[in-house]
Amino acid sequence: MYDAGKILAGLVIFLLLVTTPVWWSFAMGAEVRAPKLVLPEGRRACVLPTGEMKATHMELLNRWRDLAVRHGDRVMTTWDGRKVRRSLTQSCLGCHTDKDKFCDRCHDYVAVTPYCWDCHVAPRGGAS
Amino acid sequence: MRAFQALVIVAVLSGAATLAAGVTAMRPVLGIVLPYLALAVFLAGMVARVVWWARSPVPFKITTVCGQQRSLPFLRRQPLESPFTGWQVVGRMALEILLFRSLFRNTRTELTPRKNLAYQPDKLLWAGALAFHWSFLVIILRHLRLFLEPVPRMVGILESVDGFFQLAVPTFLLTDAVIVAALLYLLARRLFNARVRYVSLAADYLALFLLLGIAGTGIAMRYFWKVDLVSVKELALGLVTLRPVLPEGVGAIFFVHLFLVSVLFAYFPFSKLVHMGGVFLSPTRNMANDNRARRHVNPWNHPVPVHTYEEWEEEFHDKLVACGLPLDKE
Repeated sequence: MYDAGKILAGLVIFLLLVTTPVWWSFAMGAEVRAPKLVLPEGRRACVLPTGEMKATHMELLNRWRDLAVRHGDRVMTTWDGRKVRRSLTQSCLGCHTDKDKFCDRCHDYVAVTPYCWDCHVAPRGGAS
Repeated sequence: MRAFQALVIVAVLSGAATLAAGVTAMRPVLGIVLPYLALAVFLAGMVARVVWWARSPVPFKITTVCGQQRSLPFLRRQPLESPFTGWQVVGRMALEILLFRSLFRNTRTELTPRKNLAYQPDKLLWAGALAFHWSFLVIILRHLRLFLEPVPRMVGILESVDGFFQLAVPTFLLTDAVIVAALLYLLARRLFNARVRYVSLAADYLALFLLLGIAGTGIAMRYFWKVDLVSVKELALGLVTLRPVLPEGVGAIFFVHLFLVSVLFAYFPFSKLVHMGGVFLSPTRNMANDNRARRHVNPWNHPVPVHTYEEWEEEFHDKLVACGLPLDKE
């Protein structure tokens, strides 16, 4: 075998790179666990059913912004007939009072950085 | 026809995965068993191929060069076109692997309307290949957010650069568009250029359709038929930490995506895609052009008894001295 040392070193590097996810969590000493959300007490429904909120809340918020800011259309009727003001800081954070324990848990877990907070001021965690 | 065969194969694979994803009993197979099998085949296959290549004899140094080799000091040499040392080879290989330098020299041969044979530079294939490979790399690196916990900051930075224009929600990622456009160009080139179509095999189309299927399902999952990303990451982390779990409520389209990726991984070492490893072992690229300075022994040489000048001088030393002939040794 010609250049056996170089080729074997290359193969080892290749295997290490491909298996990065396997040794990463051990090397970083991180605990791998799905995020647990703190849900608001006493409320059972959000403005859409939970499954839909999970999947499409980003699109809903984007649509809310356009409707409220550009068209002044600030009230929506929820799927169970309530009237809700289209407002991130008032309606969403009104129930989900702690951004750190609700929004951020999943967003951090899957490394999503929404740009809501470029403009909106996040309320201090824990204040109700 | 050959394109059609490949399309049918990918369609059947996708259809089978769609059907299987609807059956609860099949989900562990799609989500856990096949990915592990595919990865094992990929790793073992790649290592076997590279070792196989490495074991082949090298009768000659066949570096292809296109520049002045190291010669007399007043001749300006071109270390990247005609490398002499190991590091110059590294530089040349880096340009080849990262920027596809030899493809940059691609020419097109065509008959002019007056039936003259004309050669002209053809940078489009190079641009398409570069666009595809780089966006594929960026997409693979972006996927690390689902496989690594904690997610390294570089992955987030990469994604924010990729979504620089902040168009639409979820943020539109440039590489998604670039990879599909590049794959469609590479496909169109095979379909509509008669000469390229003539030399294209079903396997050539299969790789393209498979990659298009993977990119298509991935894009569809991000923008249209959304899946629960937290469950997806749970599944991915379960696989890589060797404690596989199968969370509920992951959409069927995710399993189609995962199945096509598994097929790609398992198919990789047996297909032309293995050029990922092969490019490092291209004999015309990875050898220094130092034939005139260092002797390369052909392993196929029949052992020939040779009598070197040194030995000859040694043998006739006294006679040479007696004749007053000059000796090398002194």
